[in-house]
Amino acid sequence: MDFQLSEDQRALRAGIRDLLAGRFDRDRMRAAHEGGGGVDRALWRELGAAGFFALRLPEAEGGVGLGLPESVLLFEEIGRALLPGPLAATQLAAGAVKGAAEGEAVVALAEAGRPVGHLEGADALLVLDGDRARVVTGAALRQVVDGARPVRSLDPGTPLWRVPDLSAYEGEALPDGARLRREGALLTAAEQLGSSSRSLEAAVQHAGEREQFGAPIGAFQAVKHLCAGMLVRAEPARSAVYAAAVTGDPVEAAGAKLLADEAAVGNARDCLQVHGGMGFTWEADVHLRLKRAWLRAGQWVTTTDAEEALAADLG
Amino acid sequence: MDLAYTEEEEAFRARLREWLGSVLPGLPGKPDPGDWPGRRAYDSGWQKLLYDAGYAGLHWPADAGGRGATPTQHLIFLEETERAGAPYVGANFVGLLHAGPTVAAEGTAEQRARWLPPVLRGEEMWCQGFSEPDAGSDLASLRTRAVRDGDDYVVSGQKIWTSHAEVADWCELLVRTDAEAPKHRGISWLAMRMDSPGVTVRPLRTLAGSTEFAEMFLDEVRVPVSNRVGAENDGWRVTMVTLSFERGTAFVGEVVACRRTLDALAADARRSGRWDDAVLRRRLGRLNAEFRALWRLTQWNVSEAQAGGGVPGIGGSVFKLRYSHARQELYEAAAEVLGAGDDLDLDREWVLDRLSSLSYTIAAGTSQIQRNIVAERILGLPKGR
Ligand SMILES: Cc1cc2nc3c(=O)[nH]c(=O)nc-3n(C[C@H](O)[C@H](O)[C@H](O)COP(=O)(O)OP(=O)(O)OC[C@H]3O[C@@H](n4cnc5c(N)ncnc54)[C@H](O)[C@@H]3O)c2cc1C
Repeated sequence: MDFQLSEDQRALRAGIRDLLAGRFDRDRMRAAHEGGGGVDRALWRELGAAGFFALRLPEAEGGVGLGLPESVLLFEEIGRALLPGPLAATQLAAGAVKGAAEGEAVVALAEAGRPVGHLEGADALLVLDGDRARVVTGAALRQVVDGARPVRSLDPGTPLWRVPDLSAYEGEALPDGARLRREGALLTAAEQLGSSSRSLEAAVQHAGEREQFGAPIGAFQAVKHLCAGMLVRAEPARSAVYAAAVTGDPVEAAGAKLLADEAAVGNARDCLQVHGGMGFTWEADVHLRLKRAWLRAGQWVTTTDAEEALAADLG
Repeated sequence: MDLAYTEEEEAFRARLREWLGSVLPGLPGKPDPGDWPGRRAYDSGWQKLLYDAGYAGLHWPADAGGRGATPTQHLIFLEETERAGAPYVGANFVGLLHAGPTVAAEGTAEQRARWLPPVLRGEEMWCQGFSEPDAGSDLASLRTRAVRDGDDYVVSGQKIWTSHAEVADWCELLVRTDAEAPKHRGISWLAMRMDSPGVTVRPLRTLAGSTEFAEMFLDEVRVPVSNRVGAENDGWRVTMVTLSFERGTAFVGEVVACRRTLDALAADARRSGRWDDAVLRRRLGRLNAEFRALWRLTQWNVSEAQAGGGVPGIGGSVFKLRYSHARQELYEAAAEVLGAGDDLDLDREWVLDRLSSLSYTIAAGTSQIQRNIVAERILGLPKGR
């Protein structure tokens, strides 16, 4: 047993971190959110060219041939950078949807009863209904779009639409919907993890700089303990997410999603608190992380579903 | 990242399982919690069995009487023994899990040869004399003093909350050897025989009704200078080594035990119909995620230690914080599963566990102190005020 990142994994992570730092720094992140969110097609293609979407396709099919653990490391960086877009759905659809592997196509995620993100301009829709999955494209997709109405989205990075009953639209069935759901949950959990670490870093940095009562606020125990609590949320979640990626175990994936959702939401809240009045402004980034974390918590595997799956495993 | 165990590790696990299967059925029944001589005999007997089979001091270095096993093998050992429901370290806790490792890391060759083999064979038990009535969280403000007199220190003062003091042969004792120095600089780490003249142990009754710990009065107790581990006045540094073992590795096996308890609770709830209560069921599901994650975090920490070698890092504080609260939450859930009336029956084993779980956020550094450590030493926030 060696539960540490390999050299290759470290290099892969550093690679995407650099790419995102160069192409999606804070100014661009803010601009993307001010501009109503949506997918930056040029960046999407660059990610495609770097092998992001084809990461897990076998080399024989033109993919990179890596596994879920590597994917998880990349999605963690996506979460840190707060890059918007249905990245998990698109990576999972690579191979099944034309152009997805190359970053030419955007595949949005549609779950029964939830508004759909990034619907307008999506090239395909990955529809998840229980453990069944299918891909809706072409004329059927246009019908969905025509019947949809925009929602005033809580998350400025994710435009949302309410769609009519999806069961009415034909699509191409994908095998093993349960696996897709589980893996989508895990990739999303990795984004949550990245977000929770970023919130912690922001809180620690602010606590070290902002002075009140003649001292950095981080010298006060009440603030210190908030920050320590954030680490104690993030680290067990990290172990859970990485382990689930390695084992592929469904119960473990449910646990990972549960703890990562909690870490992303809880850490964003505490980060906001550490920033005081500044934290309540549009100017501060933390609300963007919190809103995205709420959105992700409702995707693929919700808290209730995770708890039930974990309970069923007991006894 | 590779969670699979190597062939060698799996072979180790298989041998251990087989051995456990062969010895556990023949063990005598657990003694009554109040029966200290019985408990000592039981714990020491188990340790002797481990020693004879080559499982004592697995991860200790060979020159400390250990087997030089990897941290991963040690982890497998803890996992398998807990899974099989083998006896816990019990009164061997301090000797095996933190005084021993401290002596192995910081002691001289003579000290290792003198103290470690009897710990491994279960012949000598240790206790921890760190806390004092006025020095708990603020441990470095301890006042028990040791004055040099020839080849001895003469020690006077009072210790408190000393677990297993009633059966211990030795005490890892913190004393002040320089009253003038700043408080962290004047401390030394001594090994004191518990039967030395001048040592008085007065048991304290815990809220569980047992006498797990004691007050200890020291009246001009003579301790040979050669029993000092580390340099004079360098005891605080040695203490940090002890605490890193105490917080880093001492609770690892218990995570497996908690998962067994959780499974048993779920089975119980299914039988009694409590399982239909969705709130309760989901609460147990959440605890499943919690203990699974704690186990993975343990593997992560062990892998990190294996890569870094030796003494566990302060990441143990993160584990300890999360674990101590999860354990309390587990027994709160247990009370609910087993129904309102049942938790009043002190003869049920889990009821005592519920009570004892209350100590987890206090002993070995309170949660508040752990948060300070995490914030200052891991996150680098400014020193407290
Ligand atoms: C079951 C059990 C077994 C034990 N076994 C041993 C043993 O074998 N040997 C031994 O030496 N000791 C032992 N202890 C003692 C244990 O280490 C201390 O109880 C612990 O360190 C706390 O010290 P205290 O009890 O003096 O509490 P205090 O330090 O008085 O703390 C009281 C409260 O104040 C809080 N507090 C104190 N200082 C701060 C601060 N700076 N910031 C924020 N909050 C603070 C604490 O968190 C706590 O909530 C044991 C304790 C228990 C419960």
